[in-house]
Amino acid sequence: MTEMNLVQAINRTLHDVMRSDPNVLVLGEDVGVNGGVFRATDGLYKEFGADRVIDTPLSETGIIGAAIGMALYGLKPIAEIQFLDFIYPAFDQIVSELAKFRYRSGGQYPAHVVIRTPYGGGIKGGLYHSQSTEAYFCHTAGLKVVVPSTPADARGLLLSAVDDEDPVLFLEPKRIYRSLTGEVPDGDARIPFGRARVAREGSDVSLFAYGAMLPVALEAAEKLAPDGISAEVVDLRSLVPLDEKAVIDSVEKTGRAVIVHEAARFCGFGAELAALLSEKALYSLKAPIVRVTGFDTPFPYALENVYLPNADRIAHAARNTVRAS
Amino acid sequence: MLDAYRLMVLARATDERCLSLQRQGRIGFYAPLMGQEAAQVGASRALSPADWIFPAYRELAVALARGVSLRAIFDQLLGNADDLIKGRQMPNHFGFRDVNFVVASSPIGTQITQAVGAAMAAQRRKDSIVTISFFGDGATSSNDFHAGLNFAGVYQCPTIFFCQNNQWAISLPRERQTHSATLAEKANAYGIPGVVVDGNDLNAVYGAVSEARARALSGKGPTMIEAEVYRFGPHSTSDDPKRYRTDAEVSEARERDPIGRLKDFLIAKGLWSEESDRKQSEEVRALVARTFEAAEKASPLDPRSIFDDVFARLSPRLEEERAEYDALVRTGVLKP
Repeated sequence: MTEMNLVQAINRTLHDVMRSDPNVLVLGEDVGVNGGVFRATDGLYKEFGADRVIDTPLSETGIIGAAIGMALYGLKPIAEIQFLDFIYPAFDQIVSELAKFRYRSGGQYPAHVVIRTPYGGGIKGGLYHSQSTEAYFCHTAGLKVVVPSTPADARGLLLSAVDDEDPVLFLEPKRIYRSLTGEVPDGDARIPFGRARVAREGSDVSLFAYGAMLPVALEAAEKLAPDGISAEVVDLRSLVPLDEKAVIDSVEKTGRAVIVHEAARFCGFGAELAALLSEKALYSLKAPIVRVTGFDTPFPYALENVYLPNADRIAHAARNTVRAS
Repeated sequence: MLDAYRLMVLARATDERCLSLQRQGRIGFYAPLMGQEAAQVGASRALSPADWIFPAYRELAVALARGVSLRAIFDQLLGNADDLIKGRQMPNHFGFRDVNFVVASSPIGTQITQAVGAAMAAQRRKDSIVTISFFGDGATSSNDFHAGLNFAGVYQCPTIFFCQNNQWAISLPRERQTHSATLAEKANAYGIPGVVVDGNDLNAVYGAVSEARARALSGKGPTMIEAEVYRFGPHSTSDDPKRYRTDAEVSEARERDPIGRLKDFLIAKGLWSEESDRKQSEEVRALVARTFEAAEKASPLDPRSIFDDVFARLSPRLEEERAEYDALVRTGVLKP
């Protein structure tokens, strides 16, 4: 075990997977000599050289298209998109190509690419360095989407992503890249996809969150405790595949659900969770499901604290669900 | 060369038959390549079996030249149980892993950056192969064309950009696709040689691709080749070219038919005769008809296969959806 922050855990894991598998390579903008704008790839270029740590021209479609070609050929590319907000030039390559290669070839051509990209707000990044648009990708059959919220999970999920046989979008909560540290296992600490984690046990209300919203949900749970409200916090970790059982189990225990995400509410991932609970856990619910999310506006610069869910909003929503029944 | 000629004739006969089969409702759709046979066969003949092909959806003659059986082609057009891509795509979107023919898609130009990535991979593994992307004049306006040429220029990877300029991107003529004098000159902006070749001339295409391949293998990087051809047929069976071009233009282009041209050449060289041509033509037509009829008799796809290959393993969610489908069939709501 070593104490480190989330971006250090990613950096350390990238070193490890590149050491253990010569097929793994990293490509993206500024990932080589510069070590990445968030330093996630720091040191890789020095250790593995330009053949395996590839500084690319500024073209997301080029990065993902080339990564797909490498994967088809048998390499294991880990592509970095500098910010999720800049991924859209590659949207066609991701949703029309990467996600569909295995299917459209009848299984002849699987394309295993891992796409790492920082996402989310709270860093004063404005419209184009803050968004949380995971729902676009979760909606596409053939892609896996995971979001760590702790350094240990970052390592565990990244190890699994590189080991997987399917394309993976690995979303990195940049707001908590450095703001918290945790113990990270040194060896093979793979965390299988599709397993949520109960971050805090509780009995009165379930708070569902992921990524940078996880510490905020935990803070909300703390605020609820003095009121005698015992909140359970479930960290989804993996959006696709989703640990449906963990979501249902928690609500069967608490009877109340508060869903938290940074993304805008309408058609956000929370809508899928709410649908799941109404389809499969309706009779366990004692109160209407509530979503605490970003507003249905673009992500604002100066008013980002208005936009982003905070512990007070979450705690307020949780109290309401408890009062409702 | 007689072998190449036969492939071109086979591709043409398949095209003609498929256009008629589509009108009869026996296949759902078809995108003919007629007019592009010499370009496709000439390029394919210059490649080695280990080279990787990244086709668009009009590369029937490339597949045939790679040794793909006509039956496998028809299985794909029909989407039957023998279709290697399991009925997942519209006709013409072939994929044959055993001959390094990467599965095509419909979005334009996306295979270009992928071919570059595969070449970068081959370069890293020190494999003595090239990758080649096939695309049309329309694709030279796509994001991936520019990204792909730029990447290939920067990394000097062993790839060939093979543009079949058939003069029409559905209804948009070549001169309105770009203001450039040629498509090949776009390569110059990326530090890559761009070559224009008469795509109706089998030998010229073969020579250009052979040279590009040799350059790539000797570490001198990528080449773009623009093969000038003409799309004799519609963009697809869903297209009516009379809305945007004249019959006179098509007739004029047909005077440069690559098949007629090669036939004349072979006869002039004393390698071929009208009599042998007639025989081959009959033999090929019979083969096409016979093979299609056999493919039509193949079993239909298992409907439950819809859930396969989304992921490497069936996800719990898809397992549940498959059970839902099974129950609908069991209770008679859906017919299997």
